[in-house]
Amino acid sequence: MMMKLFKQTLLAAAIACSTASAWADDLKIAAAADLKFALEEIKTAYVAANPADKVDITFGSSGKLSTQVEQGAPFDLFFSADIKYPKQLAAAKQAASEVKPYAVGRIVLWSNTHDASKLTLENLTEDKFKHIAIADPSHAPYGKRAEEALTASKLWDTVKPKLVYGENISQTAQFVESGNADIGIIALSLALNPELSKQGSYYLIEDKLHEPLEQAFIVTAHGKDNAAAQRFADYMQAPEARQMMVKYGFVLPGEGADTAGKPATDKPATTSAQ
Amino acid sequence: MDWLPFTAEDWAAIRLTLELSAGATLILLVLGTPLAWWLAQTRSRFKPVVAALVAMPLVLPPTVLGFYLLMLMGPHGWVGQATQALGLGRLPFSFGGMLVASVLFSMPFVVQPLHNAFEGLDKRMLEAAATLRASTLDAFFSVVLPLSRRGFLTASILGFSHTVGEFGVVLMVGGNIPGHTRVVSMQIYNHVESMQYSHAHWLAGLMVAFAFIVLLSMHLMNQKLDVEKAVKT
Repeated sequence: MMMKLFKQTLLAAAIACSTASAWADDLKIAAAADLKFALEEIKTAYVAANPADKVDITFGSSGKLSTQVEQGAPFDLFFSADIKYPKQLAAAKQAASEVKPYAVGRIVLWSNTHDASKLTLENLTEDKFKHIAIADPSHAPYGKRAEEALTASKLWDTVKPKLVYGENISQTAQFVESGNADIGIIALSLALNPELSKQGSYYLIEDKLHEPLEQAFIVTAHGKDNAAAQRFADYMQAPEARQMMVKYGFVLPGEGADTAGKPATDKPATTSAQ
Repeated sequence: MDWLPFTAEDWAAIRLTLELSAGATLILLVLGTPLAWWLAQTRSRFKPVVAALVAMPLVLPPTVLGFYLLMLMGPHGWVGQATQALGLGRLPFSFGGMLVASVLFSMPFVVQPLHNAFEGLDKRMLEAAATLRASTLDAFFSVVLPLSRRGFLTASILGFSHTVGEFGVVLMVGGNIPGHTRVVSMQIYNHVESMQYSHAHWLAGLMVAFAFIVLLSMHLMNQKLDVEKAVKT
């Protein structure tokens, strides 16, 4: 008798749990570290508009997250800082949507101990810069672009002995922010976040020095039947979301092509605190 | 050893890992022995506090240690200011910085086996040495050390192998510089991140074999010591 009651309770509990998870649209997003601030803001706005959805974002390096998605990690959306990773996942039948470009990223020279707005890449050879932080070029897209920009400026060999490598772009920024590295090449989106912009300044690196940081996202195979994944993907096209991306220094796809020649991008930026 | 499929960077990482682990173990044996001795002998009311501090790295996430070390050893931290004043420069992103981090991180793995060994000593041996008018230092070297060799063996092996396996703290403090601060665990991580799985497999496999051989030899040696002890008594 007790046993039967126990079993029934268990069954009821199991049904309750499964229906509960079917009603609430839990959305799990994996996103590149450069999106830390922009995507958090977009998420806040999204949740305000869709209060039933519970959104969790995991930030990391695009390479790592891509590996995790490939291995079946339970992410519904994957925002990469390099379009190459979603393309690979799509080719491996791990995507439930087409590869959607959402932004073009920019790299900047950033420091809070030197006035970076008065510097250019050439200054990195100076002795006062003992440690220069970049993201690891072997797997972090921003690190790869930093390497390309330094190589294109013929500075790579001189600067290389001074480089320290962050695991992803936010650790790279942390190396500089803590003062352990004198300066670093980080994402404009991070330099523009309130925390960093009140204490440091940046110089926008010309985008003709490196391949474009074309960023894209996919709905993963795991997120195929998650309605919230589609809602969030659509929301990325909404004017509010696009505006927030622009606020953090991203160039929007479709508007990105003509920015390369714009004088504004070639001119050293003033301190972002202004 | 060209027949092994390791890159030059892999070899550099292996060498650096061995240097770092050997260095940290040596420092820990020198610093840890008096500390463990004190812990085993003292009746001070601070003993629980010190014992807790020594055991902290067992519980703390590596990111906490790494974060605070970066803060302390950086230009605004007091350790960083001290090392700069002493003309040593800054510790982060250097071998010295990783050594400091490893010593802290592996501390419990050396001090606790020593502490146990010292506590297990037969007090009468020390009393006998004292009646024979051996000085404290003499008694330590001729009585305590030989009797605690198992503790020293365990402490060295655990200290060394735990430092070999270290990842989070050295990644944060070391800055992942190839050939300079990139140890094997980071090299594996980088191979995985850049999807060079076969390279990752070789290095990771090496680590698995290393861990097994180390622990196996430790147990075999302990067994041998047990047998010796049984024969003597």
